[in-house]
Amino acid sequence: MADKTALHGLHLELGAKMTPFAGYDMPLHYKDGMKREHLHCREAAGLFDVSHMGQFMVSGPGLAQALEAMVPADLEALADNQQVYTLFLNEGGGILDDLIITRWSEERFFVVVNAACKRQDLEHLRQGLPEPISVEEMGQQALLALQGPKAPEVMQGLAPDSLKLSFMRGAHLPLLDTECYVTRSGYTGEDGFEISAPPAVAERLARHLLDLDEVAPMGLGARDSLRLEAGLCLYGHDMNTETTPLEASLAWTVAKDRRQGGGRPGGFPGAERIFQHMADGVARKRVGLKVTGRVPAREGAELQDGQGKAVGTVCSGGFAPSLGQPVAMAYVDLGLAKPDTELQAMVRDKAHPATVTKMPFVPHRYHHG
Amino acid sequence: MKKYAEEHEWVELDGDTAVIGISAYAAEQLGDLVYADLPDVGREVDAGESVVALESVKTASEVYTPCSGKITAVNESLGDDPELVSREPEGGGWLFKMQVSDPAPLESLMDQAAYEEFTKQ
Repeated sequence: MADKTALHGLHLELGAKMTPFAGYDMPLHYKDGMKREHLHCREAAGLFDVSHMGQFMVSGPGLAQALEAMVPADLEALADNQQVYTLFLNEGGGILDDLIITRWSEERFFVVVNAACKRQDLEHLRQGLPEPISVEEMGQQALLALQGPKAPEVMQGLAPDSLKLSFMRGAHLPLLDTECYVTRSGYTGEDGFEISAPPAVAERLARHLLDLDEVAPMGLGARDSLRLEAGLCLYGHDMNTETTPLEASLAWTVAKDRRQGGGRPGGFPGAERIFQHMADGVARKRVGLKVTGRVPAREGAELQDGQGKAVGTVCSGGFAPSLGQPVAMAYVDLGLAKPDTELQAMVRDKAHPATVTKMPFVPHRYHHG
Repeated sequence: MKKYAEEHEWVELDGDTAVIGISAYAAEQLGDLVYADLPDVGREVDAGESVVALESVKTASEVYTPCSGKITAVNESLGDDPELVSREPEGGGWLFKMQVSDPAPLESLMDQAAYEEFTKQ
């Protein structure tokens, strides 16, 4: 039997087409369909139920230092209510998951991980952190994402203080008289907010937001096409234990202070391999592709050079509703990773011209304050 | 009379020419179509062969021909307007026409009532 989020009943009431995802019964799309949902989010605001993701509370003394032994981020530099995107790595520098760490206080960090990895991440954290640090799963706590250019005006009516937040900052705020944790973040490339809410208020909050003309419900389909246009990685597709941060074009997640020559170099899993990659370069890299025509090159599609030689593989691909054309992310040989390089994407034995393109495909519109 | 296959294609036979498309039920399941990859006219196909790929935002779905024969026409309107399949799956959104070499496999297909029953299961 699939797990259900606190909003499961509401999804059904809204006529969602449901799909199994990471053990949960989740909305793939609602009545308007993925394409209209996607465009609505880029023009107004979309509400996503991402309660299937793992939410952990990590508590104890010496937290920043202890967590730095597990991720390549600069956690010593995090202020209260500031968050950072980072990676769990294995000893070979392969990516175990991507996650967001938010410092609530010196001794309390809020961690959000992918749904499919949450059991494994919980175990990984518990094994990696010393006593007396504790890691608790935040039970049925809901997580809602309100994304899009009209998200701020929607939040204005609900929690005016949330508008003071800039990208990757958060605050404990009362929403409908219940304390929630609101961050200015998301995974669509748009300005927006994520709201970690107690299950008792989650449905009331979602209904309140959906009652507004600006807000439409968004399923996992739109979430995927939006993050693809924004050039953002999906774990298990665009990165996995076989890819290192440099190959995944995520070198920026290795903080300056944690690099060779930095204040606290290394000290995270896989540091040796990553430093070796930084010194010697990598053989392949994740790049963006714009595909000519209307045939999407999807995950697994082979890429060829002009001579018909296999030079890479698509890791995520689909039709980009905002651009009206197919786009993809792919791993290609380093020599072919430069923007404007012309490749061929093979779909059903036919070659479709594809051009290496700088990402994001659709510019980010984060609120940097 | 229109008949339906378990893979959700419909076929309408007139003499030895068959028109083939996907059912309204299938079109709804697919969602927003962005591209219809149609076969070359003149291609010989066998019953059960994948002949068309319908690309939606999220996935690609294959359409199998319910009978053998030669492709005689494809729906050219879908080039500019693939969503015609979503709007009029059982009319203007037909996919291809073929000259049927052996109509026998068509006899085992479902009529509309049987197909409706089938999709409810």
